[in-house]
Amino acid sequence: MKSPGLRAYAISYLIFLYAPIVLLPIFAFNDSKIIAFPLSGFTTHWFAEMWSDSQLFRALKNSLVISGTTAVIATVLGICAARATTRFAFPAKGGLLGLIMLPLVLPEMIVAMSLLVVLLAIGVNLSFLTVILGHVLICTPFAVAILSSAFQSLDKSLEEAAYDLGETPVSTFRLIILPLVMPGIISSLLICFTISLDEFIIAYFLSGADTVLSAYIYSQFRFPARVPAMLALGTVLVLVSIVLLSIAEYFRRRGIAKTGGKDTGGFL
Amino acid sequence: MASGKQSGLGRSEASSGLLLISPTAIYAVLLLAAPLATVVLFSLLTGARGQITWDFSLQNYIDVWTGPVYRAIMLRSLIVAFGVTLVTVLIAYPIAYFVSFHVEPSKKSLWLFLITIPFWTSYLIRVFLWKVILGYNGVVNSGLLSIGVIDEPLQWINYNVGALIVTLAHAYAPFAILPIFVSLEKIDRSLLEAGQDLGESRLRTFWRVTLPLSMAGVIAATLIVFIPTIGDYVTPDLIGGGKLPMIANMMEVQMLKVNNKPLGSAIAVSAMFIVALIAVGFVLLNRRFIGGQK
Repeated sequence: MKSPGLRAYAISYLIFLYAPIVLLPIFAFNDSKIIAFPLSGFTTHWFAEMWSDSQLFRALKNSLVISGTTAVIATVLGICAARATTRFAFPAKGGLLGLIMLPLVLPEMIVAMSLLVVLLAIGVNLSFLTVILGHVLICTPFAVAILSSAFQSLDKSLEEAAYDLGETPVSTFRLIILPLVMPGIISSLLICFTISLDEFIIAYFLSGADTVLSAYIYSQFRFPARVPAMLALGTVLVLVSIVLLSIAEYFRRRGIAKTGGKDTGGFL
Repeated sequence: MASGKQSGLGRSEASSGLLLISPTAIYAVLLLAAPLATVVLFSLLTGARGQITWDFSLQNYIDVWTGPVYRAIMLRSLIVAFGVTLVTVLIAYPIAYFVSFHVEPSKKSLWLFLITIPFWTSYLIRVFLWKVILGYNGVVNSGLLSIGVIDEPLQWINYNVGALIVTLAHAYAPFAILPIFVSLEKIDRSLLEAGQDLGESRLRTFWRVTLPLSMAGVIAATLIVFIPTIGDYVTPDLIGGGKLPMIANMMEVQMLKVNNKPLGSAIAVSAMFIVALIAVGFVLLNRRFIGGQK
């Protein structure tokens, strides 16, 4: 069933997907302020410039705090919702789950603007906290999706066996369920962290004086002289996210192996 | 069978479920449902010079739906979103088909991993890279100039709706592939063999069996791409250089720069209305394909 045509198409599609990303390191190491061919020699100057940018590091620190907090809160909320919907039948289940998942199908600008309107109307100062509020909202649906599949693949008889052996619901959750869904929790944490770190619209409109990384990058794009340093930063970010994703993928596969499922591949 | 176990929890199944989902649900009500309701309320009020007065009227909607500028921007958003969706889904289908039908099961995860990696790298930087690639003095033009294929920079590749579509189609590619892949994976392979045993050609089997059975995924992909695209803010700003605003940019201008929140809210509600209308209409049109699988 090999078909060379489709295979060639798939490979050219991957080239299309990766073409812009391949350009990142090329121009990050290129000794020119102008992002154009022909290339004019190798330099690590842009990485040095990026490295000595104190504003960048402040923005990065802000972003890491926001993303870390968001990942934890969204995953905890995701555990609640995923466990509730996979284990119990209750009224308004579809409606509640629909509302929780709604940010997936709502343009982000609308989420950001509606939150902004309310926060300004009730007089909340924009800060870290408001960005976290928004990011938890958009990360929770991803956490719910990942964790639902983790909870779904649980064999219910394990839980029943624990009850029969005299465990309480709480100790069963801690001793049996939590270890089994742990890989799901870890990949949820990593994915929420990555989404929050990369998110721009909410971070841009809901952050006050404290800039976050994505908003900082966006502001730097206005200055052509700053672009090569931003490409250097992009190169580093791409490497970091590939490492994080590989870890997430590793835990996802281990989770599937643990619960005895079949690997169907992919996040989401 | 399970009901016997519920008594061990000391609570009814319904209240356990509701209690467990309540933190997440309350969060969504407070930070999503309430703000959306506020935007709907604001859109019916009157605003001028940063002040909001409690005069209920539909004037904001009349302005948004009849003003030539607003209509042009809405139309552009729709054209871009339709274009991106069409391109993305059409080029994604063969990839999903390839991975599902022609890749060995053990290598499927690797392919999906390769396809999703670009999606997880900074969206802002990816969009900006397309600006760098397609710009007047960009990578394509300078590359072609330096090897002598062209004598002067191409202009039809930059600062137009086509450039917006290419950028967004690249940004949303994995979103289209994954749902189509999932629906193709669910197809019972014996149906295809049955089709061919009964004398259908490969192409006709695809047309009459595979494609209809994977339409649920195509529909999901269409909606997943269309909805965020129509509300995209970054691409019109960076790629269009501010000259090709879409709905999100118009919302920003009214909400923050002009500071007319009621009018901005009316734009937001109108955008949600258009998106919902198109989504529901599209799903209804394709009703016969949904739920066709066991």
